[in-house]
Amino acid sequence: MDLLNALVALANFVIVPAVAYGSQLALGALGVTLIYGILRFSNFAHGDTMAFGAMIAVLVTWGLQAAGVSFGPLPTALLALPFAILGCIVLVLVTDRLVYRFYREQKAKPVILVIVSMGVMFIMNGLVRFIIGPDDQRFSDGARFLISARDFKELTGLREGLAIKTSQGITVVVAIVAVALLFWFLNKTRTGKSMRAYSDNEDLALLSGINPERVVMITWILVAALATTAGVLYGLDKSFKPFVYFQLLLPIFASAIVGGLGSPLGAIAGGFIIAFSEVTITYAWKKVLTYLAPENLEPSGLVQLLSTDYKFAVSFVILLIVLLFKPTGLFKGKSV
Amino acid sequence: MTEAVKNTLLFLVVGGLILLTGFTQSWNAAILILNMGLISAIMAIGVNLQWGFAGLFNVGVMGFVALGGLAVVLVSTPPTQGAWSAGGYGIVLALLLGAATVVGAVLVAQKFPKGRMRTLSIVGILIAGFFIYRAVFDPSAAAVEAIDPAVAGNLGGLNLPVLLAWPAGGLLAAGAAWLIGKTALGLRSDYLAIATLGIAEIIIAFMKNEDWLARGVKNVYGIPRPAPVVGYEVELQNDPSFLARAEWLGLDPVTASTLSVKLGYSLLFLIVLLVLLWMAQMALRSPWGRMMRAIRDNEVAAEAMGKNVTRRHLQIFVLGSAVCGIAGAMMTTLDGQLTPSAYQPLRFTFLVWVMVIVGGSGNNFGAVLGAFLIWFLWVQVEPIGLWLMNLITIGLPDGSALKSHLIDSAAHMRLFTMGLILLIVLRFSPRGLIPEK
Repeated sequence: MDLLNALVALANFVIVPAVAYGSQLALGALGVTLIYGILRFSNFAHGDTMAFGAMIAVLVTWGLQAAGVSFGPLPTALLALPFAILGCIVLVLVTDRLVYRFYREQKAKPVILVIVSMGVMFIMNGLVRFIIGPDDQRFSDGARFLISARDFKELTGLREGLAIKTSQGITVVVAIVAVALLFWFLNKTRTGKSMRAYSDNEDLALLSGINPERVVMITWILVAALATTAGVLYGLDKSFKPFVYFQLLLPIFASAIVGGLGSPLGAIAGGFIIAFSEVTITYAWKKVLTYLAPENLEPSGLVQLLSTDYKFAVSFVILLIVLLFKPTGLFKGKSV
Repeated sequence: MTEAVKNTLLFLVVGGLILLTGFTQSWNAAILILNMGLISAIMAIGVNLQWGFAGLFNVGVMGFVALGGLAVVLVSTPPTQGAWSAGGYGIVLALLLGAATVVGAVLVAQKFPKGRMRTLSIVGILIAGFFIYRAVFDPSAAAVEAIDPAVAGNLGGLNLPVLLAWPAGGLLAAGAAWLIGKTALGLRSDYLAIATLGIAEIIIAFMKNEDWLARGVKNVYGIPRPAPVVGYEVELQNDPSFLARAEWLGLDPVTASTLSVKLGYSLLFLIVLLVLLWMAQMALRSPWGRMMRAIRDNEVAAEAMGKNVTRRHLQIFVLGSAVCGIAGAMMTTLDGQLTPSAYQPLRFTFLVWVMVIVGGSGNNFGAVLGAFLIWFLWVQVEPIGLWLMNLITIGLPDGSALKSHLIDSAAHMRLFTMGLILLIVLRFSPRGLIPEK
């Protein structure tokens, strides 16, 4: 029995990756939930919005690297992030002006808007593939580890190492900053309050003189910023591949729905619930259990509940359970 | 111009486009478009049943299409020697145990009073059931996968004629749809969309991973053809009467045999399409079809009239998915192989949706027309894009990075074009090319 090594192994393989992944999902789910709260439809193009923002970040990063600019031990992509956010804001505002506004004025049913967002998804997906191609792109640089497994072992003298990648550390820090800014904006500023009012009761908000087009515009700007940040962080942590962002749609929606669509707090909670379940259920527990089990009772198999290819199934099953037993999600979201 | 004339003209235009491909590119390419167009039309009929008739938002088409493909392997390929005795029965036993676990948990949930005891016993049953299932399943699956892994490693099929696999594909998809519908229908429209999106991904993950079933990503090759309608090229080339006919047509034997094989498929697909189209048309006009549309247009009113909305939704969800399953089985037969990694949601779910919306949701002929038109564009946008890019970049010097990038990227114009078509149709003609009557 070796509790300390077991804990370190657990932290290394489960907790650290799940926290990073959960932050990325939470940022993505916040975007979905904001659109749902204000514009009242499920945006299928969200994954591709993330891909578009991340793509601009990749391109700007390459430009900066070529110009010899670097950010010390931190990845250059962080310097590119503001430009990427700007580019993404332009894209979503143009899309809103050309596509969504027409249906808003018509008061189209939400399901029509979902189909429209499918069309937008195709276009954004095509755009990203057209500009950067469908392949893997690496754009992370700077120091690779905050602390590497070997350093940790030397430092503590334990048999297990704990590695924290720079990208994981940055993900968590950036996510905390972004979420803090968002909540400050929604709760303290006048514009943020008008957004929440509009989300809660559209008619009353209109009566009290809130300009709906302004609310929608601010929403898109926030969504673009969140989506780009999520996309860049995910790309730094794993790698940038357009198709993967499309596949992220499912866990992101699952996070938003589990937390309760329309509830920002729920989106964050949902993101971490989904991430932790995915990682714990698809992790092979052999190592941790070997440290914990008494001698001669070590597990013989990998003790992996499900193979990693089934990670979609995990988010999906959680989604179904929540929908069946608590249809508005854990944090009382909307149901239209 | 009456509606009938307009619709006939539309079909003639799409037919003319495919003929044009035959004259300008090759007849081989034209018949390929025709064959996949026929299959797409069947998928579109399935989606139209769900969305056009009943307003169900199913974005899991890919999953049902893939299940149809799986049925082809399970029905028509020969069984692997010794696989059943090695572990096949163990796998079946494990699956039964797994099903019993779920049924047991559901029974407990229904029969026992609410409370901590019930929750605990459900969790206990599920956990115990899972470990028992794994204990039986893992060694059996490993034993099957160990048999000749380079060419087999799966249970194999029943060695029945491949045409039987088509209805079997429909049944398999219908069974899955029933399970999914039981849990996910009754959710709000966009929740149902997310749920079906997830189901489709899970079905694909299942097919990629469960090697004992259909070899996973190692793919299954050499699926038998529906003889005698569709022959094999080599046999035809050795058949004197075929050679005589080919000569009479002025074709060389190789071209003639490939065309003959493809036209054989076209004939079979056309028969299936016409039968399904006839059935869908009859359903649309029947009292049942009117009831479906009434439910779609106003659920509350329909319920007040005593219609069981949930049951009707389940019914049409299963029917539509079965049609998609049949189309999937036909497609795998046409390909002659099952490639789980080839199933992409953009291609097999969302493209079918574009077909239905562009053609005209709620109208079967519209869905069929949309399927042919969109499939034609999906194939032809690539060469057109390349030609366009060559035209645009004509002023740029050869070897410039921008020029080569633009020309290389022309292939990705497809998705962009499809999105553009969808948005334009939704904006300016939201009821599609042939609107619902």
